[in-house]
Amino acid sequence: MNTCPENVLELMNHYLDGDINPSEEQQLKEHLESCHDCREQYQALSKTIAFVQSASHIQAPSDFVQKTMGRLPKERQHAGIQRWLRRHPMLAAAALFCVLMSTALFTNFNDDQQFSFTKQPNLVVEGQTVIVPEGETVVGNLTVRNGDLRVEGELQGDVTIVNGQYMASSGVITGEIEEIDQAFEWLWFTIKEGFKDAAAIFETNDNQTND
Amino acid sequence: MDALVNKRIAKVIKGDQNAFAEIVELYQHQLFQVCYRMLGNKQEAEDIAQEAFMRAYVNIHTFDQNRKFSTWLYRIATNLCIDRIRKKKPDYHLDAEVRGTEGLNMYSKIANEDELPEEELMRMEVQERVQYEISRLPDKYRAAIVLKYIEELPLAEISEILDLPLGTVKTRIHRGREALRKQLSNL
Repeated sequence: MNTCPENVLELMNHYLDGDINPSEEQQLKEHLESCHDCREQYQALSKTIAFVQSASHIQAPSDFVQKTMGRLPKERQHAGIQRWLRRHPMLAAAALFCVLMSTALFTNFNDDQQFSFTKQPNLVVEGQTVIVPEGETVVGNLTVRNGDLRVEGELQGDVTIVNGQYMASSGVITGEIEEIDQAFEWLWFTIKEGFKDAAAIFETNDNQTND
Repeated sequence: MDALVNKRIAKVIKGDQNAFAEIVELYQHQLFQVCYRMLGNKQEAEDIAQEAFMRAYVNIHTFDQNRKFSTWLYRIATNLCIDRIRKKKPDYHLDAEVRGTEGLNMYSKIANEDELPEEELMRMEVQERVQYEISRLPDKYRAAIVLKYIEELPLAEISEILDLPLGTVKTRIHRGREALRKQLSNL
């Protein structure tokens, strides 16, 4: 045993690691031929390596990718929404517009739950009822919200009643009568009014340019 | 290969999760295999490999694209495996004391440094035995041996994965080999 060079294990390791120079390799081979113990040790190490390398290749389970993707943090998916918004700015703007418009309209409707009416001279109010008294003449349009209207005198203009009733009576109304009871009718009405206003703006513009 | 991977990484950084699925597809088997050989248990290997991919995803912006992506992935995975092994150890030793000689069969499936009786070893199938012997290696040597002989990676890459000087990696492989030889002396 004492005859073995001290570096023989080191040489063996270099050889097994695949980084040995030719002179070292020669030295190792010569020693292994002459030394039974070292040869046995070398063979045992080679066998060990072969044994470990005989381990079969293992594959990940078939649903591995799917499961892994399921575990990724979700906040990155906001990136997906942001991407969509960036790609479709017009759609995004339109959607935002619709949301804002509808909330504005509905809050308006809810704010208007209180009894109110167009201030006109000669009008008499009894509780929630607006009365055009007998013998009086009211000139101009009249809007009543959340209340009723009774006309006993004369009304020269259109009447709009929101969430209320027009009570037929002996009075005279020269304009149109419109009764609005529900949220969607209110919405429709507002939109119609909006268009009328818009049209009015264009008309005045036209008048100005004509002047 | 690296250019393709880097293209996908760039997409992932921009927020494209699907590009990451392709990366997982590419490396799933390698990573799962390392974890399985390190931990000796398929459920745990799956859990840790998924965790490794998740961490890679979250920290993808810290990856230096001049380097090899697989090296980086292996590094995350081996660190997680070593952490898991170290956390598991105390439980395992307590368990072993209580159970005494019972339930030895079960132990062949988990990381184990204690030796099983001869007749038990003889009954094992080769694949089972390989895993058992790897599991008995101290975790320091185990990582080096698995990367060298199962994943068949060059020493320089192993040194980068384990964040150790080349000389240290070599020493660990030599000692791991020697430990295995002793474990297998009755084979």
